[in-house]
Amino acid sequence: MSKHSTTQNASRTNGITVTETSATNVPAVDPRLLVRERGFAGYLAEFKSKLRSGDLGSVPVVLGLILIAAIFQGLTGNFLNAGNLSNIALYIAGPGLISVGIVFVLLLGEIDLSLGSVAGVSAAISAVLSIQHGVNEYLAIVIAIVAALAIGALHGFFFAKIGVPAFVVTLAGMLTWSGLQGYVMGNTGTLNNIPNGVIANLDNYFFDSVAAAYGLAAVSVAGYLVAALRGARSRREAGLPFRPVSEIALRAGLLAVLAFGAAYVLNQDRGLPLALVVLLGVVIVTDFVLRRTTYGRKVFAVGGGVEAARRAGINVARLRISVYMISAGLASVGGLFMASQAGFADKQTGSGFVLMNAIAAAVIGGTSLFGGRGKTWSALLGALVIQSIITGLDLEGISQSIQYMITGAVLLGAVVLDSVSRRTQKSAGRG
Amino acid sequence: MVHTDAPILALRSVSKRFGAVQVLTGVDLEVRAGQVVALVGDNGAGKSTLVKTIAGVHPIDEGAIEWAGKPVHLNRPQDAQALGVATVYQDLALCDNLDVVANLFLGRELVRGGRLDEVAMEKRAKELLDTLSIRIPSVRIPVAALSGGQRQVVAIARALVGDPKIVILDEPTAALGVEQTAQVLDLVERLRERGLGVILISHNMADVRAVADEVAVLRLGRNNGVFPVATTSHETIISAITGATDNAVTRRQARVAGANQ
Repeated sequence: MSKHSTTQNASRTNGITVTETSATNVPAVDPRLLVRERGFAGYLAEFKSKLRSGDLGSVPVVLGLILIAAIFQGLTGNFLNAGNLSNIALYIAGPGLISVGIVFVLLLGEIDLSLGSVAGVSAAISAVLSIQHGVNEYLAIVIAIVAALAIGALHGFFFAKIGVPAFVVTLAGMLTWSGLQGYVMGNTGTLNNIPNGVIANLDNYFFDSVAAAYGLAAVSVAGYLVAALRGARSRREAGLPFRPVSEIALRAGLLAVLAFGAAYVLNQDRGLPLALVVLLGVVIVTDFVLRRTTYGRKVFAVGGGVEAARRAGINVARLRISVYMISAGLASVGGLFMASQAGFADKQTGSGFVLMNAIAAAVIGGTSLFGGRGKTWSALLGALVIQSIITGLDLEGISQSIQYMITGAVLLGAVVLDSVSRRTQKSAGRG
Repeated sequence: MVHTDAPILALRSVSKRFGAVQVLTGVDLEVRAGQVVALVGDNGAGKSTLVKTIAGVHPIDEGAIEWAGKPVHLNRPQDAQALGVATVYQDLALCDNLDVVANLFLGRELVRGGRLDEVAMEKRAKELLDTLSIRIPSVRIPVAALSGGQRQVVAIARALVGDPKIVILDEPTAALGVEQTAQVLDLVERLRERGLGVILISHNMADVRAVADEVAVLRLGRNNGVFPVATTSHETIISAITGATDNAVTRRQARVAGANQ
């Protein structure tokens, strides 16, 4: 508050009524306002101040990815091969989709431990229906996803309406749906995917035309450019601070290098994998939903303060149920991709470390365990980190026991970073 | 100060019971446009209950509530909001992780073509904050980064997004320092300048005397006088709150004064 207003108030408490509005007298710009300098220098300055105040965003995970790639390339000499990178893109589809669902749940400040079992039971349902009962594969997939949505709604109901802690509801779900998976599979140990069927193709189909990968890269860069420029123009017309063209050009340039680089690498191998297109599509759509729609705003609001959200007229119970349906639905699709990648569905699909890796991916990517902070992109980045470590260690011939320990250490490091950055944000007045 | 004579909001002989406890008995209250009415009283006097009847949280048992001269029934918070009553409770109910714009429009976001119209919301937020002379570092920083006083003014500004006629402030300065209190009191005066009726609950007599036009005193669930602030002494208000007017000494003084006339 400017000095003027304080003195004005003081004069009024002395019994003198000040009739003028203080608005006409205060200086136009408060020196303490956070106004970004014009142009590129201002952007750099803001970025630095953000880093200092603990708002790390996706900087650590991107640095981590570069570090991991450099280390394994140095050790093995073939980590950055087109074939290897292409395989990593295939492997992250299933876990990455589950992880996107985890991000939704984490944004509420809750947890879903059942998603591995939900992925497994979905793979089992679609496999049994299509292979044993001869149901059309598309129909079988739809039935599996609808079943998962019902499971999510059930979890949400017990959590949001009955008030059972989400941890317990989804822990019970983990056991129950794992049991259902075994029951559905019955005496059949393993069901191999129908050769060249829909499920078999999910993780094994490549757009082998060179134009597909480059086309997708071009469309993404052009789409980003158009959206960013239009956004900046409408903000400028409304008299609000806007991104300068130089900054948009720089971002688009980075995106172009990344997109066309990835397209080049993929084209060196088998072409653009369908699995990567699906994962990217899901991440982009969910990111839009979370950041640009009222639904997403409600998710963040409930994650930031349940009582505030309720008073703002948000139906908290319904929102929670819908989030658990989204996470289960995405886990179901992830399960189908995992069955596709394995070549079969069995009683073990989705078990073991699938869930833990999906949660770890979301957290490593920068989504907070404490609710209200995160992006679905973190699922993609985190899944990339974990898969890169696993693939790199495999190439080095390091045993699985060591892999678990290293992945565990990376997860701990990510959570430590989350906690420390929260503390820094608090002391910088941003947490 | 511009008062139209007819009150926007009038409570006529309102009573409220919770089970066997009679919380409000025959309470009257009037609020006009451009008027700040301070509602004071000791703990348990019924201030919060009275405010909640106006906010639609607790429906009244007896009496009537009139809005612009017409009787209305406030059975749900939405009824009060629809009429134009905005309430800022003591716990501000802001979402710490969301920025100022998102908090201001939470639950009534502006949407264009299925997506949030961030540009329009940011513009309206800035206009609203400017007209109230609210200074905050940026409308795009999370509310968690704001000071207690800034959070209070954001909460009050949030109440104004729906264009209310009456704003109820429950202990807006209770947890604030000297400078921050001054900010909030400035804001209360600006609400009055905009022609809003303000009901201010406060325990702080200095704040009440600084901004209120009238002081309505509640004691044990009943009216215990409505005083114009300008011409009433501090002691008179305090004794109305504590009930010190109603004892042997004052009764005798009143009798003697009556006899001398």
